[in-house]
Amino acid sequence: MLTRLLSGDTPRSGLLTVLLLIVLISLAFAPFLFPGTKSLETAARICIFIVLVASYDLLLGYSGIVSFAHTMFFGIGAYGTALALNTSGPNYGSLIWGTLAGALVAALFALAIGLFSLRVKAIFFAMVTLAVASAFAVFVSQMSWLTGGEDGLNYKIPRELTPAFKLVNEKVLGVRINGKLVAYYLVFFASAVLFLVMLRVVNSPFGRTLKAVRDNAFRAEAIGYRVVWYRTTATVLSAVMAALAGSLLAIWLRYTGPATTLSMEIMIDILLMVVIGGMGTLYGAVLGATLFILAQTYLQNLMGVAAEATSAVPLVSTLVAPERWLLWLGVLFILSVYFFPSGIVGRLRAGRA
Amino acid sequence: MADNLLTVSGVHTLIGPYHILQGVDLVVPEGGVTVLLGRNGAGKTTTLRTIMGLWNASQGEIRFDDHLITGLDTPDISRRGIAYVPEDMGVFTDLTVAENMTLAAANAPIDQKRLGWIKALFPPIGTFWNASAGTLSGGQKQMLSVARAIIEPRRLILIDEPTKGLAPAIIKAMTDALRELKETDTTILLVEQNFAMASTIGDTVAVMDDGRIIHSGVMRELTEDDAMQEKLMGLSLEAHQ
Amino acid sequence: MSETAIKPRIEKVPLREQFFQKLPVLLVPMLALLGLMAIGNPASWLTLTVAGLAMGMMIFIMASGLTVVFGLMDVINFGHGAFVAVGAFVGFTVLAWLAGWTASPSVMLNLAAVLIAILAAMVVTGLLGYAFERVIVMPVYGEHLKQILVTMGGLIVAQQMIYVVWGPDELHLSRPEAFQGSIVLGEAAIEKYRLVAVAIGLALFLAMRHILKNTKVGLLVRAGVENGEMVEALGYRIRRLFLIVFMTGSALAGLGGVMWGLYQETITAHMGSEIMVLVFIVVIIGGLGSVEGCFIGALLVGLLANYTAFLAPKVALISTIALMVAILMWRPQGIYPVVKAK
Repeated sequence: MLTRLLSGDTPRSGLLTVLLLIVLISLAFAPFLFPGTKSLETAARICIFIVLVASYDLLLGYSGIVSFAHTMFFGIGAYGTALALNTSGPNYGSLIWGTLAGALVAALFALAIGLFSLRVKAIFFAMVTLAVASAFAVFVSQMSWLTGGEDGLNYKIPRELTPAFKLVNEKVLGVRINGKLVAYYLVFFASAVLFLVMLRVVNSPFGRTLKAVRDNAFRAEAIGYRVVWYRTTATVLSAVMAALAGSLLAIWLRYTGPATTLSMEIMIDILLMVVIGGMGTLYGAVLGATLFILAQTYLQNLMGVAAEATSAVPLVSTLVAPERWLLWLGVLFILSVYFFPSGIVGRLRAGRA
Repeated sequence: MADNLLTVSGVHTLIGPYHILQGVDLVVPEGGVTVLLGRNGAGKTTTLRTIMGLWNASQGEIRFDDHLITGLDTPDISRRGIAYVPEDMGVFTDLTVAENMTLAAANAPIDQKRLGWIKALFPPIGTFWNASAGTLSGGQKQMLSVARAIIEPRRLILIDEPTKGLAPAIIKAMTDALRELKETDTTILLVEQNFAMASTIGDTVAVMDDGRIIHSGVMRELTEDDAMQEKLMGLSLEAHQ
Repeated sequence: MSETAIKPRIEKVPLREQFFQKLPVLLVPMLALLGLMAIGNPASWLTLTVAGLAMGMMIFIMASGLTVVFGLMDVINFGHGAFVAVGAFVGFTVLAWLAGWTASPSVMLNLAAVLIAILAAMVVTGLLGYAFERVIVMPVYGEHLKQILVTMGGLIVAQQMIYVVWGPDELHLSRPEAFQGSIVLGEAAIEKYRLVAVAIGLALFLAMRHILKNTKVGLLVRAGVENGEMVEALGYRIRRLFLIVFMTGSALAGLGGVMWGLYQETITAHMGSEIMVLVFIVVIIGGLGSVEGCFIGALLVGLLANYTAFLAPKVALISTIALMVAILMWRPQGIYPVVKAK
């Protein structure tokens, strides 16, 4: 039953299973295990990024395609939901059509870019997506009458998903059961479902063909697979998943702006999460996203302490300053591409006796 | 050993997952033409590329003039006096004939006397000296490719199917040129499918099949022994009859 | 063999085809003319055209190294923008040290200060290019996916190091006296600095063309772009050639960084990755590996960006994307597709 749910793709490593279970249980009971607004924010962010990073892995890990437009699709989803809620009111109808419209637009964009530039080389696609995504981000911030520009959009969501809505009047296990909790579980379950869907996709015949195309496009073509078709489909699928993750973010934050969805920084974060977690293993997305966001949220405090401690040594203290954590991640990133391209998950699976 | 300029012993070459050379043993005596025969896919081109260092041998060793050259980089192998005329000719079509020749003279400016000799061997080199190499015909590109290989004196020239797809008149010109080249102390290792042409200029011969040398000896023995020809040529030429 | 048997295949190219071969070169004046019609006012048009050419030249300087590196070794460096930023920061630092010279009314002192700044920037970025090639790029030759990832990682680290060395804030610097102000031509005001940028860019392009056409290194680069293996078989170490080209390209990016910085008078650690968007568009339009294509592409992008910034500022960047799409529909490999033997 459980194996079927995972589409037969089990973690295949004891330690990995334990880690994944820890993540799953922590996220499932986050409101009760780690009370407090900040930790709930972190948990929701982890859920959403697991979907986002896994959808990126569909491209990078399973299809061998580097795209820099993933945040564009993420943003399209978020803005779709945000604009619908903003224009046609905080009801479920607009929430649903906004989300669907975002996913559809993302799919069409991905189709256009894919058909246009996947025929040539991986490098070409990477460059085109980088250019298109940057232009899109600028464009969105220019269209301030619609998108709120750099300030973004603040909007209302259905009342049942806000802290103002009380489900039960008493606290349960010291936690207030309100709309925010409902919203969290909406994010959690939606993320879980999307993740399982992706797991199914990569373990389907389609997913196996994708990997064959990745490993030897020339040969796959010779056997008769239509390489461009497979790659474009993967791009579209990955874009739709990213858009849905964006919609979840829009619902959760009740705010959508360029900085939270479209920025190049987020794109780089996604890249780091996929590679450090492990390319071509969706479980890598889980570990990558979790570790990265935890580090982003909490490690910087630790580095602050280190910077404090070394403040007498001028250069060292600058190097370990909390703002410089990306420096160390960059180094870690390069090293992992060289030495363990299959990331944490790959290491764990290889270490299995 | 001194009379063998090149010795290939037990060489294996892998290209990706494919095991192309499976223990090639080949000797090229100094000062003559050695012809390498074999059907398509037998490993002739791979043998030349492995000698040139363009593929790495996974096993075995290659000695040139008694020095081990296995594992050296291609430019170093080239600088020891081996030139290479690849099957696709490797002409730089974006450059002129003159520029192609300038680059081929890697160690010094072009020796004008030698260039005169080459122009006599291959008249088109002179005629189209300033033309873009991309505008040359197939035969002219082949001449340019050979001319590049001999613009500086080399001890060994590896030539991969110089007559492929050429008109009979040009094949004859090419054969004459190679014969004249032979007179200048240059050793030639020639891959050829055209047995008629090969038999007229070859001194020694080796026949390849499935990544191994299956016969080697003196060319005359092979041309005079119909039964052996039948046996080996059946292998090497059937695809081209 | 008779001479007649081997006639060259140089036939007279039909006029129509000749037109299409020349068309890419004509695109630039065509776009300028289109701009004139759309803008209407010749004075504004002249100002914008000079601005566009200046921007194009600066992008060309930054992009040229990238495209040759790709042509020669099939390596695309996503961290190229780091050299632009580092160059700008080094240049600014030197100019700040030489504040006495830049503020002086003497043109010679101004020029000397800028030249020293450019030289310093190019030396530092050239050396950085050496380190980048050895440490970051060399281990991943031939693997495009890893190349993209690793050079991107290099960009992150380089940007962070800029923060470490120069602090987190953007730097401001006014241009030296001699490069400030404008020349008035009829009703059009043309900034002096833009003319300088056009001159430097043009000089560099001509120098590059000369080197590629008339020197042995240039011949080797062109031959290597087409067939690297054959260049090695002729006895040349293409890796060393590549390292030289990579360092030169990095130094040119550094030069572009200084020029861009002086143009904007403000620099940030992120400027490199912002400009890289334009650089990539230009390289794609020109045809990966082609210097001439890169030059034409840069001028087209520079002009178009300035015209649209005037006509419809909100779609400036989108318009360059549209240009890229249009060019690729016409020639899927860019204006001048590069011949590859393999």
